[in-house]
Amino acid sequence: MKRTAIVPALYIVFLMLPIYWLVSMSFKTTNEILGGFSLYPRDFTLENYIVIFTDPVWYTGYLNSMAYVSLNTVLSVACALPAAYAFSRYRFIGDKHLFFWLLTNRMAPPAVFALPFFQLYSAVGLFDTHIAVALSHTLFNIPLAVWILEGFMSGVPKELDETAYVDGHSFWSFFLKIFIPTIAAGIGVACFFCFMFSWVELLLAKTLTAVEAKPIAATMTRTASTSGYELGLLAAAGTLTIVPGAFVIYFVRNYIAKGFALGRV
Amino acid sequence: MNKTVNQKAWLFVLPVFILVAFNAVIPLMTVVNYSVQETFGDNTFFWSGVLWFTEILQSERFHDSLGRQMIFTFSILAIEVPLGVAIALTMPRKGAWVPVCLVLMALPLLIPWNVVGAMWNIFALPDIGLLGYGLNAMGFDYNFTRQIGDAWFTLILMDVWHWTSLVVLLAYAGLVSIPDAYYQAAKIDGAGAFAIFRYIQLPKMKRVLTIAVLLRFMDSFMVYTEAVVLTGGGPGNSTTLLSIDLVKIALGQFDLGPAAAMSIIYFLIILALSWVFYTLMMRNEES
Repeated sequence: MKRTAIVPALYIVFLMLPIYWLVSMSFKTTNEILGGFSLYPRDFTLENYIVIFTDPVWYTGYLNSMAYVSLNTVLSVACALPAAYAFSRYRFIGDKHLFFWLLTNRMAPPAVFALPFFQLYSAVGLFDTHIAVALSHTLFNIPLAVWILEGFMSGVPKELDETAYVDGHSFWSFFLKIFIPTIAAGIGVACFFCFMFSWVELLLAKTLTAVEAKPIAATMTRTASTSGYELGLLAAAGTLTIVPGAFVIYFVRNYIAKGFALGRV
Repeated sequence: MNKTVNQKAWLFVLPVFILVAFNAVIPLMTVVNYSVQETFGDNTFFWSGVLWFTEILQSERFHDSLGRQMIFTFSILAIEVPLGVAIALTMPRKGAWVPVCLVLMALPLLIPWNVVGAMWNIFALPDIGLLGYGLNAMGFDYNFTRQIGDAWFTLILMDVWHWTSLVVLLAYAGLVSIPDAYYQAAKIDGAGAFAIFRYIQLPKMKRVLTIAVLLRFMDSFMVYTEAVVLTGGGPGNSTTLLSIDLVKIALGQFDLGPAAAMSIIYFLIILALSWVFYTLMMRNEES
C-alpha cells in the first residue's frame, strides 16, 4: 500500500467516529450515559434493543418506513423507465423544457411543500397512508431516476433497437426482453438513489403521517420530546436505521463507481 | 445520438408528467394563492397583492437568514469539493480495499437525516460526547449549545462528515474512467504529478465535478432536518438557516401569507443559481 493511502484512511476513521459513538451509546444503560464520560460500554446491555423489538410503537415505525420506501422506489423507477427511453431516443415538442422542468422539482426545498402537501393529501383522503408518503417522494425521486436512466440509455447504441425490430420484435417485447436487461446496472443505480433519498427524508414523511404510517424517524423525534431524554433508546433506534442502508450499499458496491461514471449522477 | 422526431413519445412521458404535475403544480398553485392574500384566521381571505413580497424582501429577519444560508453553503462547498477531490486522488484504484472503502464512505449518505443530527448531537455533547469531551479535555472551551462559534463549527463539521463522500464517489468515478494509456503517454512525456493532475485528471473530472457542485449547492441550500436536530437554529437565531426560518413561520406561527411569499422567493433563488450552474455544465459538455 502506498504512503498516500493515509488520507483516505484518516477520512474513514473520521467517518466512523460518530457512528462508533452512536453504537456504543446504544449498549449503555441510562445510568451510565448520564453518569459521565466513558469510552466504551462498561455495563454492556441489550435492554434498549429489546424495547425496540418488543414495543409495537417502535418496530411498526421500521415497517412503515420500509413500506413507503419500497413503494416509492418501484413507482419512481417504473414510471421513469419509459420516460427516460423517450428522452434518450426521440425528439418531441417541448422535450427540453420538460426535462428542465422535471429537474427543477429536484431543486424544490421540501420545506416549501410541507404545508401544501398536507392540505392536498388531506383533501384527497390519503393523509396518514403509505401511499401518500410514497407519492410525495416521487416529487424528487422521479426527476432523479429519469436523469440517471437517461444517461445510461444514451450509452446504448440505437442499432440495438433497430436490429431487434428487424428480427421481428414488437416494441414492448424488445423493451422488456432486450432493452431492460441491457441497462440492468442503470436500473440498479436508479433504485439505489431512490431508496436512499426516500429513506433519509423526514420532513415530508412526518408532515403526511400521524399514527398509521408513521416512519421510524418520526417516532424517534417524538420520543425525544415526550418521554424525556432516553439517549440509549434513541441511539439504539438510530443504529438500527443504519442497517438497511448498509445492506443496500453492500449489494450495489460494485455498481456505485461504475454507475456514477456512466450515468449522470 | 441522432434522435428521431416522434410526437407519440409524449405517451411514454405521460405517467411521469401526471405524477410530477400532481405533486408540484397543485402545491405550487396553493403557495402562490396564499402569497397574494391576507387572512384573519377565520378562513376568509382578502386580496393583498404583492404586500407579503415587499414585506419579506425588506425584512431584516429574511436578510439575516439568507446571509447565514449563503455563508453555510459557500463554506461547505469550499471545504467539501477540494477535500473530496484530494481523497479520490489518493484512494487505491484496484484491489480488495476498493469495495471496502466505497462501502464505508457511502455509509453516511444512507443514514436518515434526523439520525445524523441526533448522532452529532450525542457526539458533540460537552460532558458525555466524544468530540465535546475530547475538545474540552484538550483545553478548548467548547459548548455548541451556548457559543455561536462552536455551533457553526459543529454544523459545518457535520455537513462535511455527511456529504464529502458524495464528492469523493463522483470524483473517483471520473478518475476510474481515465484509460491507462493516458498515464503512460504522460510518463513518456515526463509529466510530474501536478501536470498529470492539471492536464489529464482535472479535465476528465470536470463533468462529474460540476454535477457534484450542483447537487451539493441545491441540497445544502435546502438543508433542514440535520441542522434543526443538532442546534434547533440556536443559540438564539445564530444558526437559523433559510428553511428553518421558513418552517418556523409556516408551521410554527402559521403565518401563511408571509411564509408563502418567502417560499416563492426562496425557490426562485435556488432556481436562478441552479440554472446558471446547469447552463455552464451543458456548455462544458458541448465544447
